[in-house]
Amino acid sequence: MIQKLVALRERGAERSNWQKGHGDHPLDRYLKEGRIPHIWCSGCGIGIAFTAFVRALDKGQYDCDKTAVVSGIGCSGRAAGYLNLDTYHTTHGRAIPFATGLKLANPQLKVVVFSGDGDLFAIGGNHIIHAARRNVDITVICINNFNYGMTGGQGGPTTPLEARTTTTPYGCAEHPFNLIYMAKAAGAVYVARWTVLHTYEMRDAMIEGMNKRGFSFIEVVSPCPTGYARRNKLGSALDLMRFYRDNSYLTDELDPENTALPFKGRVAVGRFVDIEKPTFTDMWESCVVSRARK
Amino acid sequence: MLTGTHFMNGDEACAEGAVAAGCTFFAGYPITPATEVAERMSLRLPQVEGVYIQMEDELASMAAVVGASCAGARAMTATSGPGFSLMMENVGLAAMLEVPCVLVNIMRGGPSTGLPTLVGQQDVMQARWGSHGDYEVIALAPESPQESFELTYDAFDLADKYRSPVMILSDEVVGHMTEKVLIPAADSLARPQRRKRKPAKSGFIPFAPGENEVPPMVFAGEGYHIHASGLTHDEYGYPVITAEAQERLVQRLMRKIRDRADEIVRTEELYIEDAEVVVVSYGCSARTTRDVVETARQRGLKVGMLRLVTVWPFAETRIRQLAQTGTVKAFVVAEINSGQIAYEVERCAEGRAQTLLAGFMGGRIFRPDELLPIVEEALR
Repeated sequence: MIQKLVALRERGAERSNWQKGHGDHPLDRYLKEGRIPHIWCSGCGIGIAFTAFVRALDKGQYDCDKTAVVSGIGCSGRAAGYLNLDTYHTTHGRAIPFATGLKLANPQLKVVVFSGDGDLFAIGGNHIIHAARRNVDITVICINNFNYGMTGGQGGPTTPLEARTTTTPYGCAEHPFNLIYMAKAAGAVYVARWTVLHTYEMRDAMIEGMNKRGFSFIEVVSPCPTGYARRNKLGSALDLMRFYRDNSYLTDELDPENTALPFKGRVAVGRFVDIEKPTFTDMWESCVVSRARK
Repeated sequence: MLTGTHFMNGDEACAEGAVAAGCTFFAGYPITPATEVAERMSLRLPQVEGVYIQMEDELASMAAVVGASCAGARAMTATSGPGFSLMMENVGLAAMLEVPCVLVNIMRGGPSTGLPTLVGQQDVMQARWGSHGDYEVIALAPESPQESFELTYDAFDLADKYRSPVMILSDEVVGHMTEKVLIPAADSLARPQRRKRKPAKSGFIPFAPGENEVPPMVFAGEGYHIHASGLTHDEYGYPVITAEAQERLVQRLMRKIRDRADEIVRTEELYIEDAEVVVVSYGCSARTTRDVVETARQRGLKVGMLRLVTVWPFAETRIRQLAQTGTVKAFVVAEINSGQIAYEVERCAEGRAQTLLAGFMGGRIFRPDELLPIVEEALR
């Protein structure tokens, strides 16, 4: 099957019906023809999060003509390219401002940013807090694998203290961000975290986020066996799934301040914020447009 | 739409030119001396069903402009030197994704923070190749508020026609100068149109070159399900990391502007037929140059002016022609930088005529009595 798909991709210009999916799986229609196999390593969690997103598109019955996905740079950033929607693979860190432009220019669109922790919180950190502050009506799905996978496993803004990466060979000396706490503090109206073990909860959180009016944020804790796990002797992808099973605890009540992810520590999962607040567009209409057109 | 005769500065005229062209999205960040563009847009866009958003920085502003254009809006931003540097990242994205957009740069003196309130023309080369990699852009340099209106209006059509970023390379003098601006009646302006027709969905290939080697533009939400990537891509928009794909894509990105330079380039010529010295200038520098050329003619000196309305693509063909006539002994390039356009003129003159630089470092517009001696020297 994979050989067949590779051959299909390599045929290039001979591709026919390239927008119509490529196989018999019921979810194939959400994928661009000939784009699979993907680039993700064996054991990587991004594919699971990606599948959850495709299932969310299906279960949530979103209009694929009116749903756009924007990615930045990195392993997670490649997700956009596989989806049979309008998809944009933009510059490093700038997926959120690009998505802001897309959404404000066409408010009929559902706009989802699918990207990684380094892209969204290091180089793009300023943009995520301002988009949350403005309450732009977009959904941000952040795959957090605690390192820069695409470039070979360097430390980043989520790398836990003491963890080893190729640029923290003695252990990471910097305090990491708690993405949940940060999203809440910046003003997000919906904030949830799940691990890639929680496929259904993750899917439903994506639907809740996309249905929420305003800035919604979903963190997906994901294994990176090639980069992060290997250097920290955390075991195989299966070992990490067992770790999530044994160490995740559901708590909707917990203050996001107490949801940090210490090295080899427990993982608080659940929906931490779900509030109502006027969106950027609501305020633009009520505060600006109504006065400008008097 | 605003029509009639107004007394406004060059920055405001840029904003009005954009509104007249059907611009409905502006994302920017305050910076002297370009702030008045943003201020005017924040006032005007909500009146015309547009959206104004002040972003957290210029990186985000330019990214939002590219996003908005992808969703169908005519989109613009405005900035000056330091912000222009930050925007370069997503100028590259716009060039690679072939997204039409307009950037106004009200140039001030640099490098770095330089002269926030005073003039410079030192971003000319940055406008051309400021982002990494090979690409071509279009850049227009207005010399007055009236021309700021007109060129900004035209910039949107050029952006859509060539699917390219288009720069308005204005400067602090033109931006902050207040003059009469005539805005024609709405029905006398061409109706803003982003594309002639929607391409057919069946068999649609998003980056297959169409007219002028430019692929037809489709917008998010129209049901084409395109993928646009900053990675080197094939005609389907899919990443292909090979030398062959790079050659094919980048050659076309360059060609679609370079091979059409003669259609795009605009110049204004004054007393050029018998001129022995041609003063090449643009933007606010052209205003002093005009005065110097008139004075020289009154004294019987054979001096002409070539004003670059489009700085990029460069008026290469015209400079070559003039150098080959045998009449032109020398070009004098008058600009507020250390010779960014002078090098281009020298290259195109190919040694057939001398090139002299009248270069000023900025902070003020040069006086006629500073330029005239250089012109006289060129005549000797």
